[in-house]
Amino acid sequence: MGIKFDNVSFEYPTVNEKVFAIKDINLSIKPEGELIAIVGHTGSGKSTMIQHMNALLLPSNGDVDVFGHKVVKGEKLTPIRKRVGMVFQFPEYQLFEETVEKDIMFGPLNFGLTKEEAKEKAEEVISIVGLDESFLPRSPFNLSGGQMRRVAIAGILAMEPDILILDEPTVGLDPQGQIEMMELFLSIHEKYNKTVILVTHNMDVVSEYANRVIVMKKARLVFDGSPVDLFGNEKLVRDYDLDLPKYMKIMKVLNDKFDSKLDETVFNLEDLVTELKKL
Amino acid sequence: MNIIEIKDLSFLYSEEEGLVLRDINLNIEKGEWVAILGHNGSGKSTLSKLIVGLLEKKSGSIIVNEKELCVGNEYEIRESISIVFQNPDNQFVGATVKDDIAFGLENQLLTREEMIKRIDYYSKKVNMHGFLNKEPHNLSGGEKQRVAIAGALAMDTEIIILDEATSMLDPRGKSEVIETIKSLQDGDKTIITITHELSEAVLCDRVIVLNKGRIVLDGAPKEVFKERELIVEAGLDILPTLKVLDKLEEENIDNDKLKEILWELSLTM
Ligand SMILES: Nc1ncnc2c1ncn2[C@@H]1O[C@H](COP(=O)(O)OP(=O)(O)OP(=O)(O)O)[C@@H](O)[C@H]1O
Ligand SMILES: Nc1ncnc2c1ncn2[C@@H]1O[C@H](COP(=O)(O)OP(=O)(O)OP(=O)(O)O)[C@@H](O)[C@H]1O
Ligand SMILES: [Mg+2]
Ligand SMILES: [Mg+2]
Repeated sequence: MGIKFDNVSFEYPTVNEKVFAIKDINLSIKPEGELIAIVGHTGSGKSTMIQHMNALLLPSNGDVDVFGHKVVKGEKLTPIRKRVGMVFQFPEYQLFEETVEKDIMFGPLNFGLTKEEAKEKAEEVISIVGLDESFLPRSPFNLSGGQMRRVAIAGILAMEPDILILDEPTVGLDPQGQIEMMELFLSIHEKYNKTVILVTHNMDVVSEYANRVIVMKKARLVFDGSPVDLFGNEKLVRDYDLDLPKYMKIMKVLNDKFDSKLDETVFNLEDLVTELKKL
Repeated sequence: MNIIEIKDLSFLYSEEEGLVLRDINLNIEKGEWVAILGHNGSGKSTLSKLIVGLLEKKSGSIIVNEKELCVGNEYEIRESISIVFQNPDNQFVGATVKDDIAFGLENQLLTREEMIKRIDYYSKKVNMHGFLNKEPHNLSGGEKQRVAIAGALAMDTEIIILDEATSMLDPRGKSEVIETIKSLQDGDKTIITITHELSEAVLCDRVIVLNKGRIVLDGAPKEVFKERELIVEAGLDILPTLKVLDKLEEENIDNDKLKEILWELSLTM
């Protein structure tokens, strides 16, 4: 078993009012082989939900189980954090060392690698995220927004977690960086059969990469299925305030203009053009 | 009339790192809506911080609203510019959302009624009216961005700079903010949008592309995005409709009507 939510709810302990940030979530995620996208309206509970998956938050009600460890107060949570790596929505809150190199080495050192090994790891992952070694001695706080995100991702990759969770990993990356980063996650998923979970507002990321999509709405999980079943159903897309992926949008306009009935659930350029040949 | 005039501007943070902006020459007209694009680290945020006087230029000149920016008059310049930072947390000062939006207004000598009216109006505009008494730091990512945008818009300045201000909004939220910006531009405000979203850039009047600290493209979206090679060199991507057109060509699919529609479409999505 990978990650299991059993009727999980969570409320933030704020002074004023109490509102559930997630409510009655039931969910089961396999330890390997999944590439899941979590989508939904601003404030719907996505970040809150995934922070339960590596024990950064503990449920107010219900049970969370990660790799057979029940996530409760007092339980040892380090094994969970080692196996489930998470990149935050705001990468700056993940960075804290004085150099990029030390920052990346922190996780591996913590989980038992020698200094030499951790150094090597840092050199390896920095180039994987599209930065060169000149960044290693720099302060992680004197970087551009996209560079910070890349360093935060590098730090988690260096830990080689079994499950990789990314909160809006493409935000702040330049367009080519977005594609490269998604291809990187895809290759980790495919090569090592790892489960990758990502939160995103980018519908192209969902349609082009995910094999399962979870929709959150007002603290509740309202959809759990395939991208085709989601985007193929216009009413759902509207109800959940989502949008269509770009190639579907193009196809829709073309069907309209040509008064044709080509298949609109096209997720990539090839499929779109294959349909267009029928015009 | 040029509301911003930048001449021969260069900038560096440190000698080791070298120049981050090189020979920037740029005039922005009052009422223009300009998008600034470029790879990570190309200098977009640095440029915006120089324009509002948060960083001190090393050489060249910046004129905002007919006043030359120099040490000592940043505050005067900032009366005509508001900025939404890339990380909204960097701009929150108030203990509640309401205080936070009010803070920016406090220097503007507004009546109490006017202040309340603006807080009301702009928090509704970004759908955050129900959050006025919450702490800005205890909000979701998208909620923070909405509050930061409301705070900047409420200042009602002539120039508004948005540094990836909508990057964490859901699709509906993004289009709502874009609608709001359009309506502000109709009211003759000058808008500078720094973004990685090509679908947003195509809606602007003008697109400026930075590559390694230099301006490499500057023009109307339909001219700029045609320059496929320079676009790719700058870390950007070719517009989806243009990719379809290229693919049709590659596969020898000749359909004039289809091509025409795709061309038109390229500037709307
Ligand atoms: N405070 C700082 N100290 C030193 N160097 C910096 C600092 N802030 C940014 N830089 C460097 O200056 C260059 C330009 O950074 P800037 O933040 O302007 O880029 P950007 O175009 O906004 O990138 P992004 O798309 O990632 O936000 C980068 O190489 C960055 O590493
Ligand atoms: N630290 C906190 N304290 C109190 N309330 C919070 C805190 N963090 C989030 N919330 C509230 O909990 C709800 C869910 O927030 P969460 O961050 O999980 O949303 P999200 O789906 O990730 O949204 P976004 O897409 O904007 O990032 C929101 O209404 C938010 O205001
Ligand atoms: Mg979030
Ligand atoms: Mg930036």
